Amino acid sequence: MDPVGLLFYLVAFLIAGGIYAILCLALNVQWGYGGLFNAGIAGFFAVGAYTSALLTAAPAQTHLGGYELPVPIGILASALTAGITGWAVAKICIRLKSDYLAMASIGIAEILRMVIVNEDWLTNGSLGITNVPRPFDGLLQGRDADILYLVVVWLIVGLVYLICNRLYDSPWGRTLRAVRDNEDAARAVGKDVDSFRLQTFVIGAAIMGVAGALSAHYFRFLSPEATEPLLITFLTWVMLMAGGSGNNKGAIIGALAVWGIWSMTEILTNRLPAEFATRSSYIRMLLIGLLLQFVLQRYRSGLIPERSPPGIAFDKDHDKTHG
Amino acid sequence: MMEFINFYLIPGLALGSIYALGAIGISMIFGILRFAHFAHGDVMTLGAYGTLTAVWLSGLHPLLALPVGIVLAVAAVLLADKIFYKPLRDLPTIYTVIASFGVALIFRSLIQLIWGSQNQVFIRGVQKPLVLFDMIRVSALHLEAIAIIVIAAVALHYFLTRTKTGRSMRAVSDNPELARVAGLDTEKVVRSTWIIGGSLAAIAGVLAGLDTNIQPNLGWNLILPMFAATILGGIGKPMGALLGGMVIGLIEELSAYPWITDEPLINPGYKSATAFLIMVILLIFRPQGLLKGRLL
Amino acid sequence: MSALLVIDGLTAGYGGLPIIDNINLIVAPSEIVLIIGPNGAGKSTAIKSVFALTSIISGSIRFGDREITGIATQKLVPMGIAAVPQSRNIFPSLTVRENLDIGTYAAPPHDRAEVEERVLTLFPDLKQKLDQPAGELSGGQRQMVTLGRALMSEPRLLLLDEPTAGLSPAYLERIFDLILDIRKAGVTILMVEQNARQALSIADRAYVLVNGRNFASDTGANLLASDEIRRSFLGGTRPS
Repeated sequence: MDPVGLLFYLVAFLIAGGIYAILCLALNVQWGYGGLFNAGIAGFFAVGAYTSALLTAAPAQTHLGGYELPVPIGILASALTAGITGWAVAKICIRLKSDYLAMASIGIAEILRMVIVNEDWLTNGSLGITNVPRPFDGLLQGRDADILYLVVVWLIVGLVYLICNRLYDSPWGRTLRAVRDNEDAARAVGKDVDSFRLQTFVIGAAIMGVAGALSAHYFRFLSPEATEPLLITFLTWVMLMAGGSGNNKGAIIGALAVWGIWSMTEILTNRLPAEFATRSSYIRMLLIGLLLQFVLQRYRSGLIPERSPPGIAFDKDHDKTHG
Repeated sequence: MMEFINFYLIPGLALGSIYALGAIGISMIFGILRFAHFAHGDVMTLGAYGTLTAVWLSGLHPLLALPVGIVLAVAAVLLADKIFYKPLRDLPTIYTVIASFGVALIFRSLIQLIWGSQNQVFIRGVQKPLVLFDMIRVSALHLEAIAIIVIAAVALHYFLTRTKTGRSMRAVSDNPELARVAGLDTEKVVRSTWIIGGSLAAIAGVLAGLDTNIQPNLGWNLILPMFAATILGGIGKPMGALLGGMVIGLIEELSAYPWITDEPLINPGYKSATAFLIMVILLIFRPQGLLKGRLL
Repeated sequence: MSALLVIDGLTAGYGGLPIIDNINLIVAPSEIVLIIGPNGAGKSTAIKSVFALTSIISGSIRFGDREITGIATQKLVPMGIAAVPQSRNIFPSLTVRENLDIGTYAAPPHDRAEVEERVLTLFPDLKQKLDQPAGELSGGQRQMVTLGRALMSEPRLLLLDEPTAGLSPAYLERIFDLILDIRKAGVTILMVEQNARQALSIADRAYVLVNGRNFASDTGANLLASDEIRRSFLGGTRPS
C-alpha cells in the first residue's frame, strides 16, 4: 500500500475514531459518572444525525427541512433534540432500576428507527438524505477537505473532553458520584437523586446527538443504516468498558483501541479468500462480543481505571430488593 | 365478524403464544437470577436453527424435530451461564445484563457463521388454511401455537405449585437469602431455570420461524415485546408473563384492525411499537405489572 | 456430657473486616443458650458464622464431632442445624403450607405428615392459615411460620437471630413459651436476643458479648441477679 493511501486510510480511521471517542465520553457521563445503563445510544445518535442533516441540507422534495442552515447551527440543534429525547426517556425510568432503563432505551431507539424508516415524508425513509454539507464547504476539495474535517472532529473531541472533565471535578460531579456510589446516603443528606440522574442522562444524550451530527456531515449522506445499533450502541459499550469507565482519558483511548481492533480485523479478513471474506463481519462481531466478556470479567475498570476505583462504586446491597 | 376472528383474533392469540413462551423464561430468569436476559431472543433463534437442521437431516415436521432445537438451546444457555454469567454473579446485576448483550451478539454471529444470513423456511410453499365449521379459516400453525401455550400453561402451573423444584424456584425468587439458609440447592434451581427457559424459548423460536421465516435476527426482533410482556405480568411471575404475552400479542394484532374508520387503527409499520407503548405506560403507572411482581 | 456446639477462638466478620474477635462459646445438648450484649457487639455475627454467612478469619466451629467451620450453608441443614434469620424470614408469595414444606427439602424427614402434625400442634394459629400466602400474615404469625419451617427439618440445633424483634408484647411472651416447648421436644437452642431480660429468664446459660469479645458468661439466673450486668445491659431495675 502506498504511503499516501495509508495516510488517507489513517485520516478516515481517525475521523471515525474521533466520533466514537465523543460517543464514549457521552456514555461515560451516563454510566461512569451516573451509573445509568443506556442501551439505546443509537437512538440519540440518530436523532442528532437527522436533526442536523435535515436542517443543513439543501431543499428537496423527498424530505422535510432542507433549510441550508450553517453546520454549527445544525450541530447545536442536534444536541438540543437529542437532549430532549434523553429527557423523555429518563423521566420515565429514572426512579426504577437499571434493567428498566435498558429496556426503555432500547425501545426508544427501536421506535426512532421505525419512525425514520416509515415516515419518509420526513426523512426519505431508507433512501436517505443526500447533500448533507460539511463545515467550511468549498474551502478545500477532496482529500484535503477530509483532513480539515479531521481537525474539526478532534477539536470537538477536545471540547467535549474539557467539558466532561470540568463536570467531573465540579461540585455537581462530586455529588453525582456520591449518588452513584451510595444512593441512600445521598438521599439522606437531602440530595435530589432523581434530578441529578436526569441531568446526567440528558447531557450524555445531547453529546451523543452531536456525534450523530458529525457522522452525517462526514459522509455527506444519511440513511437508517448509519444508525445501526450493533455498530453504534454495542461497540461504544465495549469501547468504554475496555478503556476505563468513569474515566475520560480511558474513554478516548478505549474508543481508539477497540476501533483499531475492529479495523484491523477488517483488513485481515479482507485478505482471506472470497468465501471467507463474506463471513468476515460475523467473525468480527464474534470477536467483539468475546472481547466484551473478557473485559467484563478481567478488566472491569478498563485500561485506565478511575482515580477512585469503580470496583467499590456500587453499593451491592442496594442492588438487591428491599422490603 | 369472521374476518375479525380469522385475520385478527386468532393470529393475535398465536402471536401472543410466541411472546408468552419467551416471556415465561425471561420472567423466571429475572426472578431467580435477577437480571434482564437480553440474549433470550437469540436463544429462540438457536432453537429454530437447531430444529431446522434436524428437519433437513430427517425430513420430519418441525414440531417433531423440536427436541433437537431444545437440546441446542438449553446447552447454549447452560454454557453461556457457566462461562459468561456465573463469574459475574457476585457483582451488581447490571454487569450480567451487559454480558447478556454480548452473549446475544455471540449467539447471533455464530448462527450467521454456521448457517449464513439468508432467509430460510421450515416448509416450502404456501400452507392451505384449515376450515372449521365452514366459517373459521385458520392456519394450522396458529392452532398449534395456541394449543401449545394452553398445554404449557397447565404444565407450568402444575410444576410451580406441585413439584419440589418448582416450589424451590418460587422460594428462591421470593427470598434468595432465606432459600440459602433453608438449605435449598440454589445451583439446581439456577440450572432448572435455564433448562425451562431455554426449552420454552426454543419452542417459541420454532413457532416464530414457522410463522414467518428463519433468519438470524428472528429472536432479537422479538425481545422488546417479550420484555414488555414480562413487565406487564409482573417480574418473577411466570404465569403473569404468560398472560402478559397473550395480551401483548392480541393488542398488537388488533391494533391493525380498522376499529373506527376503514383504515387500520395504527399503521402496521408500527405494530411492534404498541408493545413498547404498553411498556412505557406500565413503567409510568404500574411497574409491578398485573400480578404485582417484584419491583426491581 | 459432650457439647453439641463448640465455638473456639472465632474471629470473623464481613469482607475481611473482623467484627468478632476470639469468641469462645459452648452449647450442650438440650440447653437454651443466649447471646446478649449492646448493639454492635457482634451477636448476630457470631450466630451467622455458625451458619457460614460470614467470612471466617480464624478459629473453629464444631458441631458434635464434626468440624463445620466454613462448610456451605446448604450442607448444614442435613446435618441437623436449622436457622431462623432476623428479618425477611419467610417466603411471602408462598402459602404457609408451602413455607413449611420448604423446610423439608434439604433434610427430608422419615414421616413428613407426622412432622407437620407436630409443628402445627406447636403453632395451632397456623392451622387455619395453611393456604394463605405467608406475606399476608402478621409479624407474630410470620415468626411462627419461619420457626415452623426450621423445625420441619427436625434439627438438633436451632439458631435464632432475635426471634422477638419487632413483635408486639403479646407475641413476645408466646414466642418465649414456644421456645421452651421446642426445647421440650428435644431441640437445642442458641439464640441472640435484644430483649435481654425476658430472654435471660428462660435461658439456661448466657454469654455477654461486648465490642466483639467475650465479656461474661454464666447461668441465666445468675446474670439476671447480678447488679453489674443489670446496670450495664438490662436497663438497671431489678427484675420483678
